[in-house]
Amino acid sequence: MKNNIINFIVTILVALFLSQFLPWWSIMVAGFASALFFSLKKSAVFFVPFLAIFLFWSVFAFIVSSANDFTLAKKIAVLLPLGGNPYILILVTGIVGGLAAGIAALLGKQCSVMVRK
Amino acid sequence: MKYIKFITTLVLTLVVFYALNTKLGAIPPIGKFLDPVKGIWQNDTDETITGTVAIKNLSAPVTIHYDAQLIPHLFAQNDNDLYKAQGYITAKHRLWQMEFQTHAAAGRLSEIIGEKAINYDRRERRRGMMYGAEMALEKMKDDPESLKFLEAYRDGVNDYISALTDKTIPVEYKLLDYKPEPWTIKKTALLLMYMTKMLAGGDEDLENTNALRLFGKERFDLLYPDFFDINDPIIPKETDWSFIDVEQTKIPQSELPLDSISKTIEKPNPDNGSNNWAVSGAKSATGNPILANDPHLGLNLPSIWFVMQLNSPTQNTMGATLPGALGVISGFNNHIAWGETNATRDVLDWYKIEFKDKSRAQYNYDGHWKNTSVRLEKIKVRGAKTIIDSVIYTHHGPVTYDHNFLSDNEKSGYAMKWTGHIGGNNQRPFLDLNKARNYDDYVNALKEYTAPAQNFVFASTEGDIALWIQGKFPNKWKGQGKFLMDGSNPNHDWQSYIPQEFNAHVKNPQRGFVSSANQHPVDESYPFYVYNDGYETYRNRVINDFFRTKEKITVDDFKDLHNNNYNLKAAELLPHIFKTMELSSFTSEELVIYNQIKSWDFNNDIDKVGPSIWSTWWNKLYNITWDEFDVEDVALDTPFAYQTIYLLKNNSEDAFMDIVDTSEIETAKDLFLITFKDTAKELNEWKLENGDYNWQAYKATYVGHLLQALPAFSRFDLPIGGDRNIVNATSKNHGPSWRMIVEMSTPPKALGIYPGGQSGNPGSKYYDNFINDWAAGQYHELNFMQSATESYNIMSTQTLTPSN
Repeated sequence: MKNNIINFIVTILVALFLSQFLPWWSIMVAGFASALFFSLKKSAVFFVPFLAIFLFWSVFAFIVSSANDFTLAKKIAVLLPLGGNPYILILVTGIVGGLAAGIAALLGKQCSVMVRK
Repeated sequence: MKYIKFITTLVLTLVVFYALNTKLGAIPPIGKFLDPVKGIWQNDTDETITGTVAIKNLSAPVTIHYDAQLIPHLFAQNDNDLYKAQGYITAKHRLWQMEFQTHAAAGRLSEIIGEKAINYDRRERRRGMMYGAEMALEKMKDDPESLKFLEAYRDGVNDYISALTDKTIPVEYKLLDYKPEPWTIKKTALLLMYMTKMLAGGDEDLENTNALRLFGKERFDLLYPDFFDINDPIIPKETDWSFIDVEQTKIPQSELPLDSISKTIEKPNPDNGSNNWAVSGAKSATGNPILANDPHLGLNLPSIWFVMQLNSPTQNTMGATLPGALGVISGFNNHIAWGETNATRDVLDWYKIEFKDKSRAQYNYDGHWKNTSVRLEKIKVRGAKTIIDSVIYTHHGPVTYDHNFLSDNEKSGYAMKWTGHIGGNNQRPFLDLNKARNYDDYVNALKEYTAPAQNFVFASTEGDIALWIQGKFPNKWKGQGKFLMDGSNPNHDWQSYIPQEFNAHVKNPQRGFVSSANQHPVDESYPFYVYNDGYETYRNRVINDFFRTKEKITVDDFKDLHNNNYNLKAAELLPHIFKTMELSSFTSEELVIYNQIKSWDFNNDIDKVGPSIWSTWWNKLYNITWDEFDVEDVALDTPFAYQTIYLLKNNSEDAFMDIVDTSEIETAKDLFLITFKDTAKELNEWKLENGDYNWQAYKATYVGHLLQALPAFSRFDLPIGGDRNIVNATSKNHGPSWRMIVEMSTPPKALGIYPGGQSGNPGSKYYDNFINDWAAGQYHELNFMQSATESYNIMSTQTLTPSN
């Protein structure tokens, strides 16, 4: 459990840090890197970084957009199309980010397995 | 096992990365797009309009006050800084639009949206859009001051672009996944070409040739008279033209080629037009002249207009600017006000070219072989190979139609002659107008203006009102350019241009007002050849009648007139139909609709059903009247609405009234009945599906985003009345794109509104915040500041400072 929490926090911190310099895929790097150093077990390998980035992206999106009454979010939610609901767009944003980080973490886990033999 | 797992997760990671980082069809790269740190979430904000920004090569600070409508008021110490700041501020709010419109003008949309734009791009290249812009640029470069200002504007735009990051680029770039390129002075020339195409890029020559061949001269003249029986021209009929000492070109003895043309290039919307008018001090209730303008264009977001105030020691001007061009286009300063409507004159003609052989290196001209030149149009296509279209040029202009494009003859083609190609510094006149202080300045400013020809209305605080129809107009022989001409016959060339001072104009007429609404510029007494190539016939009469019947005019009268929904077209036909149509065969449902339209007062107001019935009925009636024009593989333009109604009323048994597909012989009376029954059926079906067919719901006016009215960024079902041919010219997606009223008090008081908002960012509350007031016929007071230190109605201030 402790490992799960450490991985979760490290993933968010690394993602937050890298996002200042790298494009969107910094979250994949974060998922990959934390899996490499804080190895988890079974489904946690995927779900911990998934939840970490889900939280990071959806909260970040909410903060940015709510300050502007979700003006653009509502429109993008028509475009995609998500019925014009900005909360669904936030959810989708979180899922997309979480998925990318989680998948990268699976790779990170396999790499760590290879290295440690 | 672990290798398999490794490989699997590696592949999975790469697939996920690729899928989220790549634009797939219309779907943006979803990871990049939704990234809250750099993606679209970062566009969910208003533009920063406070603080200071360092700008390269600025000579002194420029203060920018924003008022509550997000209108920037620029205060610069000199004109160079002013235009640099205009470029910077315009780009800040409208960059994506500036680039998209100039790409559209240049025929470069394939670079952004890929293969589906190739046909569009080829058409624009073959229209000579890039060529015309290059010719214009040459003329602009001849004037060192223009060039200097164009470059200052360019630098301002590029200062803004170079400060952009992945995070801050406009949302459309993120959606389509591309980056802005640097602005150039050629792009300003391209924007002016975009306007020239929109306003002076239409013609019916090839369609007319087909009609002449099919129906014969007598029938053609009945359908397309040079003048209608009614004419309330822009320049009053009583004008004395005796000062003109140049003659109309003599008609040469020659034959016109009567080719059959199957398809022609897409024309600009024939509704592109406008209203403008001014009343003299004597006719104005306050004693100050009042001026109004409302250009009718496609209703788009971001709007084609961007309102600004530009102040420097040489000028203090305010009004509507075109993002991408310098200065104010329709506006006012402390001394004068001006506005434009389209002159609609025929300045685009076609010549048949006979090549010597398939190499097309030479063509017949005056019995000799004259050399052609070739322009290689390279069309870059996103995600595909670059296409090279070789366009042949003659001394007339580009051979738009040849066996590579809409035609199949390897040894002939049709070349375009267009004032849009002859070049001209059409930026300069606006810069001069912005500084003009009186009538003489206005006349001087306009002199060099070539295209698109406009009706420039004018009013001054000195009390003058005027209207010049300005552009470069060929002095044509009677009939020249109405049909395809013979490109080998020198007599068919444009022989000369009408000397600028003989362009039709009026100053301080007796009647106390000047006006234009794209109608015929003159009557038959004007010594040069001007024929009806699509002049409007309804709005002008409503406008002029309004002024003739009212003694004193106020600003409120101007507002009423802008919002006037009177449908003169319907009022000229429906009473005749009510008198002649047989009702005996009506069902009870049809009778209901008949009674609805019979009780209609001919006003296209939003809550009425009359306009819905009329518009459906009229379209059907018009189409069935001209069923003779539905000929396969022959390009034809049906006659104008006014002449159609004239014939329905006066030649009701003409052979054109017959429906070709039926064995009976129909007359106008039969057409009324058949199309009415059809209309009733259609409206009842519509009602079942959509509810009440009141005009608002039925017309369903919308303002569409420039990307094919992308629903997410567009506004639909707006509560606004009017229609085409009505003073309030708002049809489904077209109408008054900028309404301005200026009273020439000291300083002038102005009102203005447009269907959009100052911000081009769909994430800003200023993106579309004018639309509701615009639809309701309301105006916003324009805060015309007299100095940078005023604080009235200022929301925030930003300062541009020299960075070195």
